[in-house]
Amino acid sequence: MTAVTTPLPSTSLGRRHLDYWGLAFQAALVFCLVACFGLLLILVGGLIGDGWVVFDERGADFLRSNLSTRPAQAGVAQAIKGSLMLAGFVVVIAFPLGVATAVYLEEYAPDTRVTRFIALNIRNLAGVPSVVYGLLGLAVFVELLGTDMNENGGITGGRSLLAGGMTLAILVLPIVIITAAESIRAVPQSLREGGYGLGATRSEVVRTLVMPNAAPGILTGTVLSLSRALGETAPLILTGAVLSTFFTTPNYSFGDQIRGDYTALPVVIYTWARQAKLEFKGELASAAILVLLAITLLCNAAAVLLRNRYDKDR
Amino acid sequence: MTAVPIPGGIDLSGNKRRRRREAWIRRVFFAAALSSVVISGAIVLSLIGEAFSFLSDVDLSTLWSSGWYPRRGSFDVKTLFVGSLIVTGIAMAIATPLGLGAAIYLSEYAKPGARKVLKPILEILAGIPSIVIAFFALRVIGPDFVQSINPEAPVTTLLAAGIGVGILVIPLVASITEDALRAVPRSLREASYGMGAKKATTSLRVVFPAAISGVVASIILAASRALGETMVVALAAGGSGGSQFTTDPFSEGQTITAAMIAVAQGTDQVAGGGGGQAELAYQSLFFLGLLLFLFTMGLNFIGDRFVRRVREAY
Repeated sequence: MTAVTTPLPSTSLGRRHLDYWGLAFQAALVFCLVACFGLLLILVGGLIGDGWVVFDERGADFLRSNLSTRPAQAGVAQAIKGSLMLAGFVVVIAFPLGVATAVYLEEYAPDTRVTRFIALNIRNLAGVPSVVYGLLGLAVFVELLGTDMNENGGITGGRSLLAGGMTLAILVLPIVIITAAESIRAVPQSLREGGYGLGATRSEVVRTLVMPNAAPGILTGTVLSLSRALGETAPLILTGAVLSTFFTTPNYSFGDQIRGDYTALPVVIYTWARQAKLEFKGELASAAILVLLAITLLCNAAAVLLRNRYDKDR
Repeated sequence: MTAVPIPGGIDLSGNKRRRRREAWIRRVFFAAALSSVVISGAIVLSLIGEAFSFLSDVDLSTLWSSGWYPRRGSFDVKTLFVGSLIVTGIAMAIATPLGLGAAIYLSEYAKPGARKVLKPILEILAGIPSIVIAFFALRVIGPDFVQSINPEAPVTTLLAAGIGVGILVIPLVASITEDALRAVPRSLREASYGMGAKKATTSLRVVFPAAISGVVASIILAASRALGETMVVALAAGGSGGSQFTTDPFSEGQTITAAMIAVAQGTDQVAGGGGGQAELAYQSLFFLGLLLFLFTMGLNFIGDRFVRRVREAY
């Protein structure tokens, strides 16, 4: 495919006349592309215009303040902390589980009906809307594991950070598996054969040859799924993220904190956007969105940088 | 992996302890792969269980009444169906032409340098969290666009939500279609140019039909995503709490997904148990979830088959 690079003639070789129809078609295509990017520009431009006022007036105070009903004092400190802790759950639960599944499917699994069923199942899970994962979280983590006989909140503590985090972890699991499997598949077969030829066992080949070569791709996929998890709202609303006095008692143990109330950036944006007060649904919501976009874009940029660095090493 | 006895009596099966460790590692990986099956099972079980108790508890005549007001015992499913259809229809009417146009330009017309810059920007657009688009639909599309067409429309309308969802799925249509177009062998294009066809003719009559299953797949998968999109509709379509039956895109409305959020975030957060209206509202969540799950899974299944057809062709 790469060998032939001769420029193709863009005009007809016959009589030279202006191809009006072709030009109109090309103009329509350019319009589509410009419309896509124009929308992005309007969106981000409007957000910066609205939200910058808050940073201009209060600086980092907005990031350090807790939630408040008074617009001049409201901030997103708890929301940032909540979002980062949710991301922690995704890292701890979804990444190991997802990568292990991908290794099994690509390196160990025989081509049987069971394997094909598991693979089909994962593809299906990737297409399930996020609200449905929210329902799963509501039914299993909030209701089933969150209530017990003694009324003290069961394992997860009901509508808690733990329930939300586990729901998000399950939500991104199929994405982690699919991207990891793709990068494992891209490792050349000859490397594995070399390893087996030297007498290595399957797990040794995976650990010393396959994983180091697949790592950049896996890392990129996982970081992208992390940014997806950070932006999810619906499952958190279903599993009960609320605006509350989250983390205001510093002497709580870690276990109590993750089993307690919490909030997250997308939920704060949603709640503020529905407020009647103009300050909340205007500047403050825009500023919170800027914070969310900054975090997710940082994630994506980190993914690209990591990938490039690994690519150079090879 | 079984030890094959070598003639001559040399045992090549290796260290016993090493083999036992291998078997354990394999089991751990298999367990990880099974977790995704467990998750699917949990989703289906929790949805079916509560949906079944909803259907057996609810007065079936309320499923076909004048509106969706779960807290008042009115569960009109057609309100939500029609709402979802309107929003998905508007979204696809926007995303299909813009997405296909952008994809054809990127694949057939853009110079490699321009493509290298434009494609990642499109991917950034795809990574914007839906809550951000939701806010944009509420604050910009509703007041500045919808109300300028029809001054009598409220700020939150089905149309505003549909446009928002359309913006959200454009990148999905564009990137899958672009992949499909680029998978069309170069020889087809060259043959077309050799016959004296113009660039526009080649793109539309040769490349596009050759990639048609990828194009159809992108539209189906985007429709499935639009159907499952929650936050944009929850924020920009109005109808928090409930909605009258409507077929007018310029009025407030409710979709399957937004209805779930509306039930979940009410002032009296619904929970299992307790009986009465609140219990029914809680169970209705899972009934809606089951419907949504079945619809999107059906769409994804069809879309997946089209994607595979592309892979088989070239």
